[in-house]
Amino acid sequence: MTDQVPPPSLYAAREPIFPRRVSGPFRNLKWVIMAVTLGIYYLVPWIRWDRGPELPDQAVLLDLANRRFYFFWIEIWSHEFYFVAGLLIMAGLGLFLFTSALGRVWCGYACPQTVWTDLFIKVERMVEGDRNARLRLHRQEKTDARKLRLRLTKWVLWLLISVATGGAWVFYFADAPTLLVDLFTGQAAAVAYITVAILTATTFIFGGFAREQICIYACPWPRIQAAMMDEDTITVAYREWRGEPRKHSQEAKTAPQGDCIDCMACVNVCPMGIDIRDGQQLECITCALCIDACDDVMERIGKPRGLIDYIALSDEVAERGGAAPRSVWKHIFRPRTMFYTFLWAGVGAALIVALFIRSDIEMTVAPVRNPTFVTLADGSIRNTYEIRLRNKNNDARLFRLFVKGDPALRITLEGTPYGSIEVPADTSFLQRVYVIAPPGSPPAQTDRQDLRFWIEDLTNGDRAWKDSSFIGTGNQP
Amino acid sequence: MTKVPPKQDGDPDTTGHTWDGIEEFDNPMPRWWLWTFYITIIWAVAYTIAYPAWPLVSSATAGILGYSTRGEVISDIAAVEEANAGINTQLAEAEITEISLNPELNSYAVSAGAAVYRTWCTQCHGSGAGGAVGYPNLLDNDWLWGGSVEAIYSTVAHGIRNEEDPDARYSEMPVFGDILEEEEIAQVANYVMTLSGGTPVDAAASQAGEAIYADNCSACHGDNGLGNNDLGAPNIADQIWLYGGDYDTLVETVTYSRYGVMPPWQQRLSEAELRAVSLYVHQLGGGE
Ligand code: SF4
Ligand code: SF4
Repeated sequence: MTDQVPPPSLYAAREPIFPRRVSGPFRNLKWVIMAVTLGIYYLVPWIRWDRGPELPDQAVLLDLANRRFYFFWIEIWSHEFYFVAGLLIMAGLGLFLFTSALGRVWCGYACPQTVWTDLFIKVERMVEGDRNARLRLHRQEKTDARKLRLRLTKWVLWLLISVATGGAWVFYFADAPTLLVDLFTGQAAAVAYITVAILTATTFIFGGFAREQICIYACPWPRIQAAMMDEDTITVAYREWRGEPRKHSQEAKTAPQGDCIDCMACVNVCPMGIDIRDGQQLECITCALCIDACDDVMERIGKPRGLIDYIALSDEVAERGGAAPRSVWKHIFRPRTMFYTFLWAGVGAALIVALFIRSDIEMTVAPVRNPTFVTLADGSIRNTYEIRLRNKNNDARLFRLFVKGDPALRITLEGTPYGSIEVPADTSFLQRVYVIAPPGSPPAQTDRQDLRFWIEDLTNGDRAWKDSSFIGTGNQP
Repeated sequence: MTKVPPKQDGDPDTTGHTWDGIEEFDNPMPRWWLWTFYITIIWAVAYTIAYPAWPLVSSATAGILGYSTRGEVISDIAAVEEANAGINTQLAEAEITEISLNPELNSYAVSAGAAVYRTWCTQCHGSGAGGAVGYPNLLDNDWLWGGSVEAIYSTVAHGIRNEEDPDARYSEMPVFGDILEEEEIAQVANYVMTLSGGTPVDAAASQAGEAIYADNCSACHGDNGLGNNDLGAPNIADQIWLYGGDYDTLVETVTYSRYGVMPPWQQRLSEAELRAVSLYVHQLGGGE
């Protein structure tokens, strides 16, 4: 044997991670958050909301076919999609806010990838046992009946959770009770089955096999968050000055030992498979399971808790110098987080205002400019407009249409001798409208004149208007 | 802040790249990543075999699946036609004047008619149906041959002044340059200008023109110049002029006559399409 180093392989297999069971306040918090988020996810489509006949009675519904978004008492039409954009901006700013204050808390507690992976690990532990049992099973080369049985049980359970995950998603897009029956009787639309299939597959693979790989390689957020954090951000860290030198290290033979007894509990519980004692790492999702594990150890060896803890970089410096850490509130309330809060609240306030001032009737006016005007037999000048009337009420409404501008202007509606139109409930209606200027009148002879279209809901007198203009012969040769 | 940790045994090689003292490890790729990469290569090769891909001199390789975008368009069109077959039959068989009373059929007809119009009619009448000199404006309330749905349908189906269709609308204005003296033409042109309330170029000539008009023109255009839809004789007492209502144009029209032609569309369009486009034109704002 020569000691020639073999050329490095082009690929490396994933190192499987077998997180050990842990208990403690952070672990309990994670269970609570899992229960709440999963509860919301599964139950929301089943909340009923009476909107009257013809309209869906589902509290939260994304009705893509009819381009409506129902959220309890709020109904958003497709042209009001800025509400959704605003909510997404708020979600983004909220993420900035939490990350700058508390690091990757979203990742550690609320991210679906974390929640489902946590659930899958729980199932794995129930079927195959805790870390050591799983390690043994993993190392066992031969696939005997027991290994096969355990693996199959685990995969079937994972698959059931995955189907339930994908299955719940589609209920947000159609009436849940009807869809549930349709799904089981083979009546549902192909897109529903495809969506369920895709989400089942991704949940199964991401939660069961990819796990931390998604967080490390696939998710862009760990890269962005570095820019969101600074030295005041609270994150999970190891109090190196207190723990070192560790029991098994070279220095520990000569110098007095630190508090870390090198029991590896913190490493064994970590779902990301890292050693937090090496310092802050991109992989750490600040789930605090290592804190629970180490606090447990500290208690047993009679040392104060907090060898691993939520601390900030600035405190680390201060603490090394012997100072006490600043209070959590000092870290959270600083210009950066205040700025994010301010922006977040600003967008929220704007959305709420927009929600309250929007009307149940609306119109858009599109002047037909091909040709710009038509001369009629008696010499009148006529302009055509395509007016879209929106009735967001739950019943049909009669709209009166009139025009304000030069007194000579008259208005007629295509297809009806009347000045009013009935628009069915919850629809938008396209009406062609003619505005006519008599021969020789000012608007007929000038190049363009401003005018304003009004609609009035004859039931309750609500009004809405849109400005447009009238083109006359003024500019013609 | 922290010192660069010394290289340890078991650390992978570095790529030799250094930024600000940070060295890049030459770590191996994750296995799944590498497999994904290989699969994309296999996919790319398989794709170019299965689908049209490699450009040749005048075409491209066909691909073993026989897929073509044109074939897809043809089958899409066939599918749409099949889907619309029922409503098209309904449209072709309904009483034409009653279609507008059936909102569903009417809105189908108007949308379908708009498509037919954009394909076949815009070349002459303009994409907005505003017409041009010599090509009637379809938006106004003046019609040479009548503006009811049936009249429009008849015009579209058989055309105007074409020899191919015996049912085509036919009329011809005489070439008055062969019949009247130049002075008489000037007089009658001046008179015609007054019919629509305009001021003649020469008031005396206009008075003289009245008798000439009564003798030569009133048979078709009517005593007061109101025209005659049955003959396709334009109303010359209104503000709408197909070729222009100024003196020079009128003299030219009277001297040489006009002879606008429209093709018969029943040879190219289906019954449903003919009806659809007639209904579309009828609701543009001038329908009677
Ligand atoms: S190091 Fe601790 S906080 Fe970070 S991921 Fe691992 S267990 Fe969670
Ligand atoms: S759990 Fe605490 S004591 Fe044990 S190795 Fe980790 S840091 Fe050290």
